[in-house]
Amino acid sequence: MIARDIGEVILKVEEISLAFGGVQALSNISFDVREHEVRAIIGPNGAGKSSMLNVINGVYHPQKGSVTFKGEKRTQMDPHKVASQGVARTFQNIALFKGMSVLDNLMTGRTLMMKANLFQQAFYWGAAQREEIKHRERVEEIIDFLEIQSIRKTPVGRLPYGLQKRVELGRALAAEPTLLLLDEPMAGMNVEEKQDMCRFVLDVNEEFGTTIVLIEHDMGVVMDISDRVVVLDYGKKIGDGSPDEVRNNQAVIDAYLGVAH
Amino acid sequence: MFYRENGQYKTSYKADQALFPIVQDRIFIGLVMVIAFIVIPVFASEYLFRAIFIPFLILALAAIGLNLLVGYCGQISLGTGAFMMVGAYAAYNLAIRIPELNLLVVFLLAGFVTTIVGMAFGIPSLRIKGLYLAVATLAAQFFMDWLFSRVKWFTNESSSGAVSVPELQLFGFLWNSPVQKYFLVLCIVALFALIARNLVRSNIGRSWMATRDMDVAAEIIGIRPMYAKLSAFAVSSFFVGVAGALWGFVHLGSWEPAAFDVNRSFTLIFMVIIGGLGSILGSFLGAAFIIFLPIVLNQIPAFFGIPISTATAAHLESMIFGALIIFFLIVEPHGLARLWAIAKEKLRLWPFPH
Amino acid sequence: MGALIEVVLGGLMAGLLYSLVALGFVLIFKASGVFNFAQGAMVLLAALAFARFSEVMPMPLAFILAALVMVLVAFMIEKLVLRHLVNQEGIILFLATFGITYFIEGAGQLIFGSDIYRIDLGLPKEPKIILESTFDGGILISIEDLVAAAVAGLLVLLLALFFQKTSTGRALRAVADDHQAAQSIGIPLNRIWVIVWSVSGFVALIAGIIWGGKLGVQFSLALVALKAIPVVILGGFTSVPGAILGGLIIGVGEKLAEVYLGPIIGGGIENWFAYALALMFLLFRPEGLFGERHIDRV
Repeated sequence: MIARDIGEVILKVEEISLAFGGVQALSNISFDVREHEVRAIIGPNGAGKSSMLNVINGVYHPQKGSVTFKGEKRTQMDPHKVASQGVARTFQNIALFKGMSVLDNLMTGRTLMMKANLFQQAFYWGAAQREEIKHRERVEEIIDFLEIQSIRKTPVGRLPYGLQKRVELGRALAAEPTLLLLDEPMAGMNVEEKQDMCRFVLDVNEEFGTTIVLIEHDMGVVMDISDRVVVLDYGKKIGDGSPDEVRNNQAVIDAYLGVAH
Repeated sequence: MFYRENGQYKTSYKADQALFPIVQDRIFIGLVMVIAFIVIPVFASEYLFRAIFIPFLILALAAIGLNLLVGYCGQISLGTGAFMMVGAYAAYNLAIRIPELNLLVVFLLAGFVTTIVGMAFGIPSLRIKGLYLAVATLAAQFFMDWLFSRVKWFTNESSSGAVSVPELQLFGFLWNSPVQKYFLVLCIVALFALIARNLVRSNIGRSWMATRDMDVAAEIIGIRPMYAKLSAFAVSSFFVGVAGALWGFVHLGSWEPAAFDVNRSFTLIFMVIIGGLGSILGSFLGAAFIIFLPIVLNQIPAFFGIPISTATAAHLESMIFGALIIFFLIVEPHGLARLWAIAKEKLRLWPFPH
Repeated sequence: MGALIEVVLGGLMAGLLYSLVALGFVLIFKASGVFNFAQGAMVLLAALAFARFSEVMPMPLAFILAALVMVLVAFMIEKLVLRHLVNQEGIILFLATFGITYFIEGAGQLIFGSDIYRIDLGLPKEPKIILESTFDGGILISIEDLVAAAVAGLLVLLLALFFQKTSTGRALRAVADDHQAAQSIGIPLNRIWVIVWSVSGFVALIAGIIWGGKLGVQFSLALVALKAIPVVILGGFTSVPGAILGGLIIGVGEKLAEVYLGPIIGGGIENWFAYALALMFLLFRPEGLFGERHIDRV
């Protein structure tokens, strides 16, 4: 394992319950995430993993429970406010802006840092121009990091799946988040693409010290790169601990092998 | 062969982010400018100015405004005619009530009034999307139709319901001849096209496009949906309002609400679709297409010497128009601008396509 | 009191006609996800066909022929338009129906003429006065309207049965949910579309005859589409009962507004009142009266 300073608790999820109509997506989930760690959320399909991420970044408002991020406790918050606190995200089904180029997609990640007003932008003048160039430089660094230089001006809709996933990671990174939520970043990839993606995730974690919460189905990947793992099943938490602890947890084994509860 | 970026190395991001980073594009734009500012004024007849160039430019401006909203921000509007109407009547009232105002200031203020109205009608976009929003904007259309025909204050108590504006006076000169009017409109439209182009390559343009492509993801990356949508409505309405003021003052001279009815709204939507959603150039192409189509259609029977009644001609025109809309949506939903882009792609490779 | 009831009744009758047009919208939206702006043009075409056919042949035959014209239109629309736009976004399909609108309006008037034509169903035109004992002056009511109401009611009943009870109806609902998925389980998309556009054309024919009978067949019939849009918004895009109830609410609402609100703010508010009503409603219940709530997923 990599040597990093795992810090204090940065994100704390307490007793979250979320229901859609009659369907209980999450019930009474609590866990925490420490600074600089890679925290995995695993569980069978429909366990509520994505819903959990949606709660963390404010897309869903849970009926009960709270989320505490950087010491600030909240029950309801709009996604863009969560973003401004330093949370970025990728999606299970790629949610890139399909009509825009790779570069523009990444530039949207910088949107919170851009301050030029409408008139400056209208005439591409003063602060607007300076900002564009300054942020372009930063975005180019991310493009270099993700090795996607050759496609920077391609509309993302035309890219193959694996590259789209990479661009999406890039967009999240462009926001320079403290907490990065990755929803199945390796789903549907071949082995090489997975290896690349693992490398990027670990590099991000090490180089930028970004805290990562990751949903993944590939157990090999999860066991390799995560520090601690939460296991969900039918919206309930059934396991929490280091990869080894989770691997040997009877409830987890049952859930994955489908033993009757 | 002739259109390619090979060998044009850029050494700064500034150069790469220029308006037209490729030399050939700059040449093309330069040519267009030369034609618009020099060739046309020298050679065109009065009829061409009146019937084609002036309406084309003004409608292109409105189409750009609409395209910012529909093509870039993904918020459909079927009420553009109404917002042009607001611009026209705002300008009219400003001009007759405060005669000292410079005409350009009148146009700008009319744009601002339209901005406010447009934002008000944009508020539903925060709750509803797509077709529902289209209906909300239709509401604007019918409400404005009513407002400007029934509330007499707006028409300065004119008994016929029609209003007419005095001769165009600007900087102490009368701008009466078609050429002068053409220049006035051309300068305004060129400036606004530049502004639109700048906006869509800036942060605000990206936040519009992000909202269009995937609003949930946009919000998660930190784009406030309210700001993105309302700013699109605001900017779009400003463009459309100025276009409306120009349409009234420069093109029509006198008008009644019917000049900006629901058909005007529909034609503008078609301009944007046929020209290309999300393309400033497309707005011009679409406007040109819609302006020329009826003129061409009217000429064809006469050209072949087939006598047809005006009613028949009108019905045929409607059919061809409908068929063309469907044709465009099926063959190239991204419009003429996309065809232009494809042509450029081909040119890059020509004459060695592989 | 009597006057109020008369206004309400008049509103209900107008509303019923809105409902019929809205019904055409809903049918097509339910089965193909297309918001069919051409419904008004279809009403015009159907009414024109019926009016002109009935000039030269007995009415039942004219009715059958006009219905066949609508089937032909449905067939052409599927063949020439929808087939090529499968799986496109809703807004593109919506705009394509604008093209259909212009085409049908042009073609219909080119073929059948663009004057005002009369449809005479032989129903008594002069109104009857009822309930004279209860109200001062009684209430004016027209037999024509009553027959129209009965026909419309029957039509709605039939359609509801068709959607709920037949396998074609189920297939229609499946197609609306997802074109690709429906195709993949072997539902013949093209045939379904022809059927539903035909049914919708048939509804347009009924609406056209009733309305044309009242006002004469003329171009303004096509504009009824603009009236029916707020009705669909109010009732929900996918709900047959919603279309009916929405039509009635709007019909009554706009008549009441014209009579009681009109004099205060200047009259002629019928044109936008329906929209304002629908819009107010939309802001509080975006899915309409009976529409299904939609959850965004990421």
